Amino acid sequence: MLSDADLTALLLTLRLAAVTTLILLVLGTPLAWWLVHARFRGKAVLEAIVALPLVLPPTVLGFYLLLALGPDGPIGRLMLALGSQPLVFTFSGLVVGSVIYSLPFVVQPLQNAFNLIGKAPLEAAATLRAGPWDRFFTVAVPLARRGFVTAATLGFAHTLGEFGVVLMLGGNIPGRTQVVSIAIYDHVEALNYDSAHMLAGTLLLLSFLLLFVVYAANRRIGVVKP
Amino acid sequence: MSLNAAFRYRQGQFTLDAALDLPAGVTALFGPSGCGKSTLLRCLAGLVRPRGHCRVNGETWQDDDRRLFLPTHRRAVGLVFQDARLFDHLDVFGNLRFAARRAKTLDRLDELIRLFDLAPLLHRRSATLSGGERQRVALARALLTRPKLLLLDEPLAALDARRKAEILPYLARLPEQQPIPILYVTHNLDEVLHLAQRIALMEGGQILAAGPLDALLTRLDLPLALRPDASVLLPVEVENHQPEHHLSALRLGRQRLWTTLLALPVGARTQLRVQARDVELSLDPPSRSAVLNVLPATVMAIAPHRPGQCIVRLAIEQQPLLAWVSERSRQALELEPGKQVYAQIRGLEVA
Repeated sequence: MLSDADLTALLLTLRLAAVTTLILLVLGTPLAWWLVHARFRGKAVLEAIVALPLVLPPTVLGFYLLLALGPDGPIGRLMLALGSQPLVFTFSGLVVGSVIYSLPFVVQPLQNAFNLIGKAPLEAAATLRAGPWDRFFTVAVPLARRGFVTAATLGFAHTLGEFGVVLMLGGNIPGRTQVVSIAIYDHVEALNYDSAHMLAGTLLLLSFLLLFVVYAANRRIGVVKP
Repeated sequence: MSLNAAFRYRQGQFTLDAALDLPAGVTALFGPSGCGKSTLLRCLAGLVRPRGHCRVNGETWQDDDRRLFLPTHRRAVGLVFQDARLFDHLDVFGNLRFAARRAKTLDRLDELIRLFDLAPLLHRRSATLSGGERQRVALARALLTRPKLLLLDEPLAALDARRKAEILPYLARLPEQQPIPILYVTHNLDEVLHLAQRIALMEGGQILAAGPLDALLTRLDLPLALRPDASVLLPVEVENHQPEHHLSALRLGRQRLWTTLLALPVGARTQLRVQARDVELSLDPPSRSAVLNVLPATVMAIAPHRPGQCIVRLAIEQQPLLAWVSERSRQALELEPGKQVYAQIRGLEVA
């Protein structure tokens, strides 16, 4: 069985992944839409920035976030000036780190989905009296539904497995910033292989089930009634 | 109901520079591919933003002088794309309802479902429909928006002859259903003759000429009269039927024409299509000829057609008729405007 501490870490990880995925869907959808439909100079620069977390070692990302969010960093100082605590070593700090870390995993599937839809159905909707928001929610979103499912799944799963960014940014405070991957690392460090097994196995099973359910469901998404 | 528009729109090397002034009824927008027909429709629908103005039935959709440009969804425009563009995430009924809910025409759903025979298709996904079925749904969907201007971008181009025959009757009835300007893009002269009362000829992004179909068909300075299938339309009235010969007699002014037996009542009015290549000219009435229809005609104009060949515009009972003659025959017969000839018509079909 999982110890209380391990269970706490697991729940914290799930909460972190859920909050991160939610924020990423809210931020990533307009960003992906904009990248597909807007024409502006320097679009390639923005796309490269969005894709950076794919290639950077998480420790690099975590290191710069630590500097930026810490009490001496620009954002940390701003937080202090506004009368709140810096985000490092807090759950909110982990959320900020995870959002950046998992950004491409949400934005890119959405970008692909919007690209695939193209302009044709949106133009048709416009000739049927649908305004821009109407077109987005009743045509683009349902046509991109597989993209949304993929984006949410990848964003969630990728955050579940986060290690480097959390370690740099959040440390290892049980109940506040200790996530499963770090708890496992601790167990292994302490040669406590049984506990490591339990936790690692749980994460493995959870991740597999999540992906399995999503892929199975994705195949069966049929006609959506208006 | 009328349309008045003028646009100037640049797209890379291509420039559209076109003005249109249309009454209600079907106007064919006719021209080679790449001449700007679809771009013109996109300008009218507001899908691109040209310079110029656009007024439909007294309502201004675009006026650069007043810095006015209505976005597509605020224009009462119906547009049927060549590829139908049904929504794949909705079934047929969902597609129709999409339009009806937004245009507040839910009460007309039943009528249009009946008009286009869509009842058996309502719960099919659009991806499973045939080309003809898709176009029928797209037409019904466009009509549900209660358009004041209907734009049809080659709605039959992707269909085979059988599917065309399936949809043509619906299109032919549109002017009665909706007395609004209908712009029908095509490069098929048969469709023009079947459907349109007026024609606008496009070439290289410009409107060459626009006007009533019968007038433009016989203008020798326009590309229509130079086509291999150049034709005229003759308005005729059914005089009587002779089933024993499998013939019907038709009246064209004081002249009589024979055609294969028609399923029209005596007194009915219809149009005959006569192709230029089916008309032969002679100075004397041919004796002992097998051609049934020989009519006295007057040469009105002659223009070169192809090397060694001319196209001749004739008048029969005030009605224009086109004929091809070789340059050699034109000289031999001394054909020139005002000359009296006999036109032998070998082929007639009801348009």
